[in-house]
Amino acid sequence: MESVVAFSALAAGIMIGLGALGAGVGIGILGSKFLEGAARQPELVPMLQARMFLMLGLTDAVPIISIAFAALLMFANPFIGQVV
Amino acid sequence: MAGSSPAEYISHHIQNLTYGRTLDGSWGFAHSAQEAAQMGFVSINVDTMFWSLLTGIIFCVLFRKASASASVAKPSKWQLCVELVVEMVWGSVKDAFTGKNALIAPLSLTIFVWIFLMNLMDLVPVDFLPYASQLAGLSHMKMVPTTDVNATFGMSLSIFALMIYYGIKMKGLGGFAGELAFHPFGKAFLPVNLVLETVSMVAKPLSLSLRLFGNMFAGELVFVLIAALVPFYLQFVLAVPWAIFHILVITLQAYIFMMLTIVYLGQAHEVHH
Repeated sequence: MESVVAFSALAAGIMIGLGALGAGVGIGILGSKFLEGAARQPELVPMLQARMFLMLGLTDAVPIISIAFAALLMFANPFIGQVV
Repeated sequence: MAGSSPAEYISHHIQNLTYGRTLDGSWGFAHSAQEAAQMGFVSINVDTMFWSLLTGIIFCVLFRKASASASVAKPSKWQLCVELVVEMVWGSVKDAFTGKNALIAPLSLTIFVWIFLMNLMDLVPVDFLPYASQLAGLSHMKMVPTTDVNATFGMSLSIFALMIYYGIKMKGLGGFAGELAFHPFGKAFLPVNLVLETVSMVAKPLSLSLRLFGNMFAGELVFVLIAALVPFYLQFVLAVPWAIFHILVITLQAYIFMMLTIVYLGQAHEVHH
């Protein structure tokens, strides 16, 4: 039973960590491309900004879903009590 | 509230007010997370239903007030606000939707404003409404309907049903099935096509609802964590920046849900040949 809790804690940490890594790199690339495009054609900035926020939400989706599941593991662990 | 441990406080605050068959067989509200879990499918989260219906009614009443007293010569300030929102939604629909359907723009407006209002409930301080409802006798209360998976899946499954309905209506049953079977590779790779297309079709409502749920649940959880773990004189320091960031997240998630709805329904309307 302790090992279930221990491994759940480890799993939650790995989920959040890898999710943060993916989100950070993805949004960094997205932001840099936006800045590059804005520098090239400043008149397109409003449109590009709207698209950037849309892409930001989409890129953030899967890491945040993994954070929600890690929070589930932390506070309402479904694995406790399953192993006899 | 004062005497309980942080873990108890946190799990109390992320528990919905569930109505169903309790452990001793009678019908009533659940008193703990385990009791709510064992209620199974035949249970309803009363707080989610109440707050989602209330925010929906507020949206309808406020926007109806703006349209009923609309005037071109002397627009009221509220009418101008509503016009801003409607213009933004109409611009997005024109950009992203290539078919011809009178339902899409009102649907997008409803989705955007309703989800925004439901998410906005998250900015109310953590203990205000749950404490008030506890004084009224209800054991749990979660004010943000979109932190309940049931609410977000309800919305995304409705959009999924609309996608399938319009897909079959625009392309015909044969065309819809043909698109599933013959895209992206040719007729020879039928099983591969079916697997790919089914996965991508199921992933759309799943990701739509879980994205909104994950963002809102994580936001609410951070508020509850700040309330539980930080001494009261420091809570202002942490909660205010997070609330300001959360304003962005709220609007962004409502906008993304709306944009993806428009894009998916646009894809359902696309007839290739």
